[in-house]
Amino acid sequence: MALSRRQFVVGTSAFALASPALMGRAQGGGKITFASILDLSGGLDIYGTPMAEATKLAIDDINAAGGLLGREVELKLYDAQSSIQLYTQYATQAAAGDRAATVHGGITSASREAIRPTLARFKTLYFYNTQYEGGVCDFNNFNTGSTPAQTVAKVVPYAMNKFGKKVYIVAADYNYGQIIAQWMQKFVAENGGETLGVEFFPLDVTNFGPTITKIQQAKPDMVLSGLVGGAHISFYRQYAAAGMSKDIPICSTTFGIGNEHKLISAEEGNGLLAAYSYFEKVDNPVNKAFLERMDAKLGANRPAMNELSVRSYEGAMLWAEAVKKAGSIDYDPVWNALRSGLSYEGPSGKLTIDPQTNHVIQNVVLAELQNQEFNILETYADQPPADTAMVCDLVANPTLSTFYFENGLAAAGIK
Amino acid sequence: MDLVVAIGLQLLYGIANLALISLGLAIIFGMMRVINLAHGEFLMLGGYTVVVSTNAGVNIWVAMLILAPLVVGIIGVVVERLLIRWLYGRMVDTLLATWGLSLLLIGVITSIFGASTASTISPPLGVVRIGQYAISGYELFLIAVTALLLGAVWLTLRFTQLGLLARGTMQNAQMASALGVSTNRIYMITFGLGAAVTGLAGGLLAPITGVLPTIGATYIAKAFITVISGGASILAGTAAGSVLLGGINGIFTFLSGPTFGEVALLLTAIVLLRLMPRGITGRFFRKSL
Repeated sequence: MALSRRQFVVGTSAFALASPALMGRAQGGGKITFASILDLSGGLDIYGTPMAEATKLAIDDINAAGGLLGREVELKLYDAQSSIQLYTQYATQAAAGDRAATVHGGITSASREAIRPTLARFKTLYFYNTQYEGGVCDFNNFNTGSTPAQTVAKVVPYAMNKFGKKVYIVAADYNYGQIIAQWMQKFVAENGGETLGVEFFPLDVTNFGPTITKIQQAKPDMVLSGLVGGAHISFYRQYAAAGMSKDIPICSTTFGIGNEHKLISAEEGNGLLAAYSYFEKVDNPVNKAFLERMDAKLGANRPAMNELSVRSYEGAMLWAEAVKKAGSIDYDPVWNALRSGLSYEGPSGKLTIDPQTNHVIQNVVLAELQNQEFNILETYADQPPADTAMVCDLVANPTLSTFYFENGLAAAGIK
Repeated sequence: MDLVVAIGLQLLYGIANLALISLGLAIIFGMMRVINLAHGEFLMLGGYTVVVSTNAGVNIWVAMLILAPLVVGIIGVVVERLLIRWLYGRMVDTLLATWGLSLLLIGVITSIFGASTASTISPPLGVVRIGQYAISGYELFLIAVTALLLGAVWLTLRFTQLGLLARGTMQNAQMASALGVSTNRIYMITFGLGAAVTGLAGGLLAPITGVLPTIGATYIAKAFITVISGGASILAGTAAGSVLLGGINGIFTFLSGPTFGEVALLLTAIVLLRLMPRGITGRFFRKSL
């Protein structure tokens, strides 16, 4: 379709004139729109599909309990198809078109950074329910996932005690991997260890042979992995095929959240250590009931639940709690309610929003993989987002909308 | 010394890996100037054939070496009859059509098997130790298979009647047709064979890289670049392209890291195509197969 400049100007100005009428999120009556943008196809769907299922369950649960403020909540689910461009497009659509009360989603840090400014501009509450590298300091963005000071800081000393002090790092080559590798190096150094090498991999690399040879040459006591996506799963296969998994154990900040442990064989994964805020074996009645409802909903096809999917459920619930507390879906009351020390008891345990960072104080669990199941070794209750708190103070400065670790930790003043 | 051997084998494996994923594409491109953008999905289908049939209790070797090429070869023939043959000589149209086919195949496989697939088959053959280094025996097996496969394609093209007709059709399709060769049939068979080789490659790679509906996307770019850099000769082109690009990728990966390895590979291909727009075999080894 050819669109002349004149048609474009006429069209957009008509939209601009009409937009005051469109603004103000659907008041009174009607359904409340809850938008979720996730990758349900393309390379990242191994993460997105379970997150979407958990989000659907959350909305079902909210509606089963009578909805919010007597109104039904409607889920608008967008498939960003592992494309950053679609994220921006759908974020605008959700905020300006659907006038959603809140937008949840984004999986990679790159996708979060693509939509975070858009949603701040439209003042549409944004929840990023993924574990990530920390450092987002945004009045409008609630980051409910775990961050390195909560997880990496636990798994590194534990593993160094168990395996030894020399570490080799492999990570995905985009902002998450680069920053998480810096956190790993920092925690290794703080615990008296030594990093022998760091390697980054573009997301479509499937041959890890040269790196495995380099790891054999460096002879570390363990490998720390921050690899991401479907192609990178082949690292664990090739590592095992070269006979390495028995000699040099792996600890990961990403393995398991794409249910990788179900995709490779038991022998290939045995002994791997990981720390997240949730594993299926977390023992509490809320989790038991949650898994039963998930089973009832999806039957034999239910994907394994991990931090990403459970936090997608809990993120929706945190927002719902705030709406109930505020008695409104308007921006300011809900924002204030979210930042009032709001707590919610979810499948992963107690979650409390920290108003200084808009991050979440949460339980952290360290687990070891055996026979495709993560067995819990340690639980650390109520861990604060100490990394982001080093740089971010939204109480003193409630208009910030920054990603402090964009240029690495050194640029953010962290040694 | 051990290190040199270990690195040498890894380099060789990197080259073999490129040759393996590119050969099927090269056969189809060399023969009929059709760039099959669904090539990555043919690899993926080979992988799924192996996963599905081993889960059903078929021996892994039978699944990889017989079923994968058979299934994907048949799919290739069907695709050629239904889609490709209407588009010969229309390069851009074939690009679009095969791209559409690739999206369709990803969609079909995702809706049947879901977004992620438990391919819990481990690479067979254990570990080969070289001093303090260890390399997967399966990777060595893949190097050998790639060499054998290249040899088999050479023998077919050089010594069989089918090979003679195929080479004739390649050099001058109209003349071959005038002499009574059914070029239509030759095209169908070649496309099927190219697809079968691709299916074999996908099946062989399944245990070591795993399968996902979208795994084709990680292969297609590299296969495409290798074939275009190699030029029109099926064998010499694939071999020269793989040795050059795979070698450079491997060396730079060892020297700096995988990111620079990928950059070096792409940079080499760009410079090469600037200097030799028809690929390596457009300038050297012009008479080769």
